[in-house]
Amino acid sequence: METAPTSAPPLLVIDNLTKLFGGLRAVSEFDIEIPEQGLYGLIGPNGAGKTTVFNMITGVYPPTEGSIMLAGTSLVGLPSHIITRKGVARTFQNIRLFQNLTVLDNVRVAYHLHVGYNLAESMTRLGRFNQQERIQSDRAQDFLAVFNLQNRRDEIAKNLPYGEQRRLEIARALATEPRVLLLDEPAAGMNPVETDNLMELIHFIRDRFNLTILLIEHQMRVVMGICEWITVMDFGQVIARGTARDIQNNDRVIEAYLGKRLVRGL
Amino acid sequence: MQTLRRIPTWISTLLVALFLFVFVYVANANGWITPYVYNVIQLAGISAISALGLNLIYGFNGQFSLGHIGFYAIGAYSSALITKEFTSRWSGTQFSALSWIIAGILGVILVILVIKRLRFDQIKKWLNSTLGELKGFERWILISLILLVIAAVIIVLGVAASWVLQKGLQALFDLLIPALPEAIGKNVLMLLALLAGGSLAALVAYLVGLPLLRLNSDYFGIATLGFAIVVYTLLQNSDLVIATMKGARGMVEIPRWTNWVWVAAVLSVLVFLLRNLVYSSYGRAIVSVREDEIAAKTMGIDIVQSKTLAFAIGGFYAGIAGGLYAHLVGFLHPSTFDFVRGFDPLIIIVFGGLGSMTGTLVASALFSAIIEGLRVILPQGFEDWRFVIYPILLLIIMLLRQQGLLGTTEWGWLRAPYAPIRDVPMVSGINSVNREVA
Repeated sequence: METAPTSAPPLLVIDNLTKLFGGLRAVSEFDIEIPEQGLYGLIGPNGAGKTTVFNMITGVYPPTEGSIMLAGTSLVGLPSHIITRKGVARTFQNIRLFQNLTVLDNVRVAYHLHVGYNLAESMTRLGRFNQQERIQSDRAQDFLAVFNLQNRRDEIAKNLPYGEQRRLEIARALATEPRVLLLDEPAAGMNPVETDNLMELIHFIRDRFNLTILLIEHQMRVVMGICEWITVMDFGQVIARGTARDIQNNDRVIEAYLGKRLVRGL
Repeated sequence: MQTLRRIPTWISTLLVALFLFVFVYVANANGWITPYVYNVIQLAGISAISALGLNLIYGFNGQFSLGHIGFYAIGAYSSALITKEFTSRWSGTQFSALSWIIAGILGVILVILVIKRLRFDQIKKWLNSTLGELKGFERWILISLILLVIAAVIIVLGVAASWVLQKGLQALFDLLIPALPEAIGKNVLMLLALLAGGSLAALVAYLVGLPLLRLNSDYFGIATLGFAIVVYTLLQNSDLVIATMKGARGMVEIPRWTNWVWVAAVLSVLVFLLRNLVYSSYGRAIVSVREDEIAAKTMGIDIVQSKTLAFAIGGFYAGIAGGLYAHLVGFLHPSTFDFVRGFDPLIIIVFGGLGSMTGTLVASALFSAIIEGLRVILPQGFEDWRFVIYPILLLIIMLLRQQGLLGTTEWGWLRAPYAPIRDVPMVSGINSVNREVA
């Protein structure tokens, strides 16, 4: 397997990952190695199995076969919340916020895995409760500030405009303090200005929080603009991998996904 | 967002609660209200406690449970056994029921803790590696047998521990409670009986919840309905095991120790605890499971733990309410815990607003007032029409306000506390991306 030109040791290593839904091979022998602080892209036509890969990494579905290693420990077979605790966070293609909670509470929920008090302290408000709750809401507000949502903190999440919901979802994922962040079509439905800001934001959070990022995206401007290494899937299989330039010149990718006109335009 | 400096919400809430408490207390002491109305008020408080528990399960955690009445029944019968034994000495000693129930609960918790600590998967792995030569089916049978034997040994040890514990507890209670002055001893025993009944209900909820809470909402509803019917049937035949429960003939001579002070005190404490839970990290985890299970899982929430926690606490509330009920009416019959009656708390929380504690409190008062008020208002011979009139009222309210009387809004101290605004941002260097998005 070719790898990206980098000296960092791989943080997330996926090998031979396969998912069968009945007789359908949704993902077949998928493999990828992402180095620490890498910013990798996963593209392909609809139904190629990209989101299924995300669902297997985060434990939503168990893989039929294959291994997923995060810094040397296997994630296969672990329940989702344990995988999150080990340092993998994600966003969803169709935004999955806690719609009836406030913006602040959405982020604070993600902090529950770092909760610093027990149930008895929470019910009686004794002990560490007040101090820890203060820390939790302060940290949550820091994350809101990164995404410029600090003035929205008391609004109900479902009332936010679309772009802000997308950013809130990323903020919520970051609050779990991940090492690997999986973004599922973060730019979907955004206008060009929002998309530019998002690209800048992804770079910023990668550096600020030492993140390793894998993103699925259909907007080629985003993928080609920020991803260091791109993997292309079609019908559950990896058909190409390489830098943005390699991918744009790869005949199989052009045929399966990009189309000739788009490549000329890029 | 600026908040005006106002009177803290807990002051106004405490004043309203105190006023209600004193008003009913004085009204009863001076004979302004008939004993019948006094009873209805206490029943309203008891149904509020039970409904608060169901609101945590269904309103906050989103798990549609029809089995709440089962936990109510467990709390009622077990606390009644404890106090009845004390007042009528049906088994020679006065505290065997109390000590057995407590020892039983502790024994089961012990077994659960040991089994959880044992890491069965690791034992299985170890067995797998040592049983290298055996293959296929024989291997599977042998491993299963060994695991079963281990589990059985733990359970036997747990039973033995409970048995020893029971002797100790009984000796302790025999010594301590009669030593107290009668008025205090009676109330201590009542408190112990309520807590034991509530804890037993919570434990049963936990054990029933572990397998059932894996089901999705509607299926979970039907499964819990099954649980309620099982409890009902067991109670019908309970005299086969414990004679004093009297099965289908109904348990009599339970001391009538519940009064307004007990109901109001228990209700206040439980409202205090529930409100604190809901506005804590644990509460937010519980609500996030209702909002979106998959998102909650991937945010690191252990959804099985969140659901069993909410279900066990809800069961505890129902058990306590059942205990108060048993000591209010002094007579328990399985038909009181028929699953049709189990819809009462469900009606109350939907009527008051799912996910609103204020709504539950208001709705349980209104519900009792409507049902009992109609009995007074309707002319002689037409009393049964109240079960036509109040469902029609429910229909009208549900058609006009699907979200219930209060939706999810809360009043006073029950509202979510305002999180303090962060004044000094800790994250530096954010300004590069911090500009307004068009």
